[in-house]
Amino acid sequence: MAPVAPRSGEAVFASVERVNAELFTLTYGAIVRQLLTDLEEVEEVNKQLDQMGYNIGIRLIDEFLAKSNVSRCVDFKETAEVIAKVGLKMFLGVTASVTNWDADGSSCSLILEDNPLVDFVELPDTCQGLYYCNILNGVIRGALEMVSMKTEVNWVRDMLRGDDTYELRVKLLKQVPEEYPYKDDE
Amino acid sequence: MMYVFNRNGVCLLYREWHRPLKTLDSQQDQKLMFGVLFSLKSFTTKMDPISAEKGSLGVPLLPGQGCSFHSFRTNTYKLSFMESPSGVKIILVTHPKCGDLRESLRYIYNIYVEYVMKNPLYAPGTAIKCELFNTKLDQYIRTIV
Repeated sequence: MAPVAPRSGEAVFASVERVNAELFTLTYGAIVRQLLTDLEEVEEVNKQLDQMGYNIGIRLIDEFLAKSNVSRCVDFKETAEVIAKVGLKMFLGVTASVTNWDADGSSCSLILEDNPLVDFVELPDTCQGLYYCNILNGVIRGALEMVSMKTEVNWVRDMLRGDDTYELRVKLLKQVPEEYPYKDDE
Repeated sequence: MMYVFNRNGVCLLYREWHRPLKTLDSQQDQKLMFGVLFSLKSFTTKMDPISAEKGSLGVPLLPGQGCSFHSFRTNTYKLSFMESPSGVKIILVTHPKCGDLRESLRYIYNIYVEYVMKNPLYAPGTAIKCELFNTKLDQYIRTIV
């Protein structure tokens, strides 16, 4: 029997269970607000959001692979396309476009036109250094690490800070192949 | 019998439903199983007559790269194998007359995702102790036998 072909983002999004978008946005807002109250330092909050995203990402990758049936991506370019079109669609309901590839293909930008996490949000003056959607950085980093790619993810443009769109820069640091874990003499 | 390994060779799950003969103690058994599959994957990739990219023998591969083998059969049992790109390996040892179990392995992977990955009390990389997962798995296995 032939293996099942990968499903497009639309198809997967239509088949997964969905939660109310406002509930999702408000829950995320509550998390960020609580972190700000507990930690008070904006940098600390950014780091915590990234860490939370990382923990989510390492589990999310298995769900993504199981539901969307994509096979192993041959190179980083394909990976970025899959994240933007299938992954983000499946979990956030929006797609992103991939642009700004650098010369050796190891770094690209994901542009999100709209972002469900930030509906109804405005940053006050006391939180100017905050990357509100930093959790997405962690999620992408965690997920890619579980498929043997060490990456670094940063925000380049952020609408909450006055730019016109959301832009994430994803940079591949290295591919880590799997090693045989047991020593030969055992 | 069924094994689930993660990308580092840690055996996350071992279940048996009907195994008359045990030859090694379970630690050795699991190491042997993981080692055999690791080498088999390497071997099948090198011997692939179609694909162009191959590393040199002994160099570790990224999971999913190269061709992937999915089962072997002996006169007494059949072993079916599935690996996800994230390195999770699922192995099922069954009666030799079983058909192609790839769909079943995919379904088991889905169950794993639902009950294990989404369980906030489970730490990734440790042995799976979720009762719900075990029950669901048993139910599913009974339907395919």
